[in-house]
Amino acid sequence: MADKDFHLEKRKYVLGGVAFVVILIYILRLFSLQYMNEDYKKNADSNALLKRIQYPARGAISDRNGKLLVYNQPSYDIMIVMNEAVGIVDSVDLCSSLGITMDWYHKRLDEIRDKKKNPGYSRYTQQIFMSQLSAEEFSSFQEKLFRFPGFYIQKRSIRQYGCEQAAHILGDVGEVNPDDLERDSFYQSGDYIGKQGVERTYEEKLRGVKGTEILLRDARGRIKGSYMGGKLDQAPIPGKNLTLSIDMELQDLGERLMKGKLGSIVAIEPSTGEVLCLVSSPSYDPHLMTGRQRGKNSVELSKDPMKPLMNRSIAGRYPPGSTFKTSQALTFLQEGIISPTGTAYPCSRGFHYGSLTVGCHGHGAPLPLIPAIATSCNGYFCWGLYHMMGSHKYKDVQEAMTTWKDYMVSMGFGYPLGIDLPGENRGMIPNADYYDKAYKKSWNGLTIISIAIGQGEVCLTPLQIANLGATIANRGYYITPHVVKEVQGEPLDPKYTEKHYTMVNSQNYNYVVEGMRRAVTGGTCRSANTTMYEVCGKTGTAQNRGHDHSAFMGFAPKENPKIAVAVYVENGGFGATFGVPIGALIMEKFINGKLSEASEARAREFENRRISYGDYAR
Amino acid sequence: MVKEDEQKGVLRSLDWLTIAIYVALLGLGWMSVCGASYDFDQAGDVFSFSSRSGMQIVWIASSLLLGVFILSIDERIYESFSYVIYGAFLLLLLATPFLAHNIKGSMSWIKIGSFSIQPAEFAKFGTALCIARFISGFELKLNKFKNLCVCAAIVLIPMGLIVMQRETGSALVYISFFLMFYREGMPGAFLFVGVAAVFYFVVGIRFDEEPLLNLPEVSLGTYLVLTGVWLFSSVMTRVYTTLRAPFWWMFGGGLLVIVASFLFAEYVLPFDLNYALLFLVVLMILYLLYLALRERVMQYLYIALFSLGSLGFFYSANYVLDNVMEPHQQDRIKVLLGIMDDPKGVGYNVSQAKIAIGSGGLQGKGFLNGTQTKLKYVPEQDTDFIFCTVGEEEGFVGCTVVLLLFLALIWRLIHVAERQVYRFGRVYGYCVLGVFFFHVFINVGMVLGLTPVIGIPLPFFSYGGSSLWGFTILLFILLRIDAGRNRLKKN
Repeated sequence: MADKDFHLEKRKYVLGGVAFVVILIYILRLFSLQYMNEDYKKNADSNALLKRIQYPARGAISDRNGKLLVYNQPSYDIMIVMNEAVGIVDSVDLCSSLGITMDWYHKRLDEIRDKKKNPGYSRYTQQIFMSQLSAEEFSSFQEKLFRFPGFYIQKRSIRQYGCEQAAHILGDVGEVNPDDLERDSFYQSGDYIGKQGVERTYEEKLRGVKGTEILLRDARGRIKGSYMGGKLDQAPIPGKNLTLSIDMELQDLGERLMKGKLGSIVAIEPSTGEVLCLVSSPSYDPHLMTGRQRGKNSVELSKDPMKPLMNRSIAGRYPPGSTFKTSQALTFLQEGIISPTGTAYPCSRGFHYGSLTVGCHGHGAPLPLIPAIATSCNGYFCWGLYHMMGSHKYKDVQEAMTTWKDYMVSMGFGYPLGIDLPGENRGMIPNADYYDKAYKKSWNGLTIISIAIGQGEVCLTPLQIANLGATIANRGYYITPHVVKEVQGEPLDPKYTEKHYTMVNSQNYNYVVEGMRRAVTGGTCRSANTTMYEVCGKTGTAQNRGHDHSAFMGFAPKENPKIAVAVYVENGGFGATFGVPIGALIMEKFINGKLSEASEARAREFENRRISYGDYAR
Repeated sequence: MVKEDEQKGVLRSLDWLTIAIYVALLGLGWMSVCGASYDFDQAGDVFSFSSRSGMQIVWIASSLLLGVFILSIDERIYESFSYVIYGAFLLLLLATPFLAHNIKGSMSWIKIGSFSIQPAEFAKFGTALCIARFISGFELKLNKFKNLCVCAAIVLIPMGLIVMQRETGSALVYISFFLMFYREGMPGAFLFVGVAAVFYFVVGIRFDEEPLLNLPEVSLGTYLVLTGVWLFSSVMTRVYTTLRAPFWWMFGGGLLVIVASFLFAEYVLPFDLNYALLFLVVLMILYLLYLALRERVMQYLYIALFSLGSLGFFYSANYVLDNVMEPHQQDRIKVLLGIMDDPKGVGYNVSQAKIAIGSGGLQGKGFLNGTQTKLKYVPEQDTDFIFCTVGEEEGFVGCTVVLLLFLALIWRLIHVAERQVYRFGRVYGYCVLGVFFFHVFINVGMVLGLTPVIGIPLPFFSYGGSSLWGFTILLFILLRIDAGRNRLKKN
């Protein structure tokens, strides 16, 4: 019989209790793992869920007439899964289909395996074998793809260009750098970002919104299908298309005319502030900045002493020369220093005051304002500035200078205009402080006299000169120049529709317009004269260390102007030599839509004229 | 006619509650195997025999048949043939390493046709029967040293044979028979000393490098062990002696020292609190020795020796680990105890297991929706780490249900064992519940990162025929013995 020892039977409670305590501890442990701690959930997700980004199509870019300039082109990356490929693939066949050597093949495999160069390496996942193959390079490979186990294709898209011009405006895209990554969480290493031109300024419009696809990944990194049947996936939203205000035919003509010369052409539609062409010479073919050769080409271009990567039209600082006299005339008129018809200043081959002389060419003297502009009389404007600086209207010369500076700033000088392109220079407009520092407070109108004729400390960008033309064409206001006319489905930034009035009233502009008209009909810009429409213009011949720069600023027609142009040819000599004829051709092309035969011949002639830069190369 | 009556009697007196728990666990276990072996790629049929979930149905069905078969056999043969069965298993275990083919270093699987079986899983019931027969054979007192030695031998021989097959995990399961020895009269102190030793070793080394709260210079492991020594000794003084005052002196005084030293270290001058605790324990030992002399009561001496032995064991274990063992042996132990990260080995399993379970949350991700287990992040997820699948797919709620079912099973088996008329049935019953308890305790504890990683299956959950059959045989022999209890009474 079983011996019922009641003392020992109590031990069942001990054993039952031990089991209870153990299970209780486990349940508490589970509670803390599963309920109190969120880390495990995150860990699990980062283990198993692979968020694959779906890239949106980048917005396309077209010109004002709808010509497609920049679009996306598929390119192909060839991927390899080492585990599946190595030792199985017929490498001789592979190399011949891809046009690579066996050496390169083996070197590349070693690179992929090298965890230092390729930290994300796994034998089981796709690694990039070759990147950015074009459709042609890829097509012969694709036919044979089935013969190469372990090789896969990944489609990407790269930028492709429909034109050889406007490289500076269009800009380019490249891989993000660490700064971009830190600044904007949108990007991940290897993403593309606009580097220059509108690609950069309109990056946020062009890039679109990334989509995500959530995939399941197993412990070896292999993809095992989509998570929750793709319920949480988000489709990418394509980027917005841009329409440029640039007229590509005009841009093309401008670039042709500037061949072999350093400098810039800027044309603006005065009523809207839209930039019609923005030529910076030398330029380069935008195709160079896309595809596999981008890095190499970019380095080569950056080493070129002519600085083709620099956008001279907005980043170049030039003395505006006589084109600047228009702004002086306006200031003196508004301030009452001169009267439009009453005041005439003497000029005997220049401005003479004591030992100071500012030279001038031969013309009748003394002259009132309008012929002074037409003949580009240095003496007139020097006297004007001298009188303004010495005027009793102002407390002292500092106040006079400050007033002068305010006029200049109101005309868009001295600060970046705010064009929608990166790298705009502010130019240089000196102020009273500047001269106080430079001359230890002992200076007067004579000290600074050369700014009256756009020399000395004054520097403008070609864009600012063109904007001066647009302001005169508008008789007193400008709209901030911009190269993008329309962002798909969005109103234009109000910044680019707002009118900026200068401190000069429109009546005074009429005198200057008249002077510029007279310069064309019978002054320095005679070669721009045409019977088709009334051209207004002003030459500039800016002195510098080397040969003079040739400049032109003008607009046409005189009434309801359609185009304002600035031309700046470095070391081109007299304004009339290069500036005026080039400006005239640009106006004709835009207003008439084409060039006459004679003009076409002239255009060809200018296209072939080279200026030798040699030592002055900048 | 007699046979039919007997069968009716068996069905009537069968413990249906245990069978219900068994069936419920089998069902949940099958779901877990489905979850663990399901592949998102081949989102195929869980019933297909080419999949593990399909095969598990075969094992479950055959186990149920096996159960019915066992219930239909007269239970008296188990007692009669227990030594024969035990002997046969010893021979089989002895032969296994020579017949077996190597699976991941283990020499415990014998191939029969296209199936492999693991004799170690079946040897448990043979051992249980043998030991039940021995203990019930005559008026045996387990507090006799010689009897204990024989019992220990019955357990240790198959254990040793299994160790030789390099299945340490399965061998350790035999330790669970000591629970039965305890119930049958083995002095509790034996069990207590064993538990204390394991506690000192595991806790002391596991938390040796970890600091106590914000006191970086205090080793948490040593602190816990010394606190344990103090607490065990105080409580033993209360339980085993008649005077009340010494307990209050020891417990109250100890508490005072612990609190005061902690406050001092925290707010005045940080120092190694373990010196204070060591001082406390030494003081306590001296006090106990003084009491032993004054009261002439041997218990005080035993408790003092226990405390002294505890200190000696703990510090020598530490010394052996640090200075005697080879570095790779140290590493193995450290990894086993979860001190060292071993991303490729055991440590990886445990950390991935915790991630899988933790990610399940309160309600789990749902049947077949677990990502961690299905994407093979947890190794051996359908066998030893199957509890991860429960954790991930069924969440806290599902895990709690499973654990409570196991607790219910163990409690029910205690009840069943206790109602046995013959000692044979009771001893066998305690062996069975001991085995189940040990498996659940170690397996779930390992997955939760609480017990060392010892590869043994979770009963009714882990994939595989051998373990399922082994557990079924173990359980159904008990049920059959239990079903016969009324008839024996009538006779």
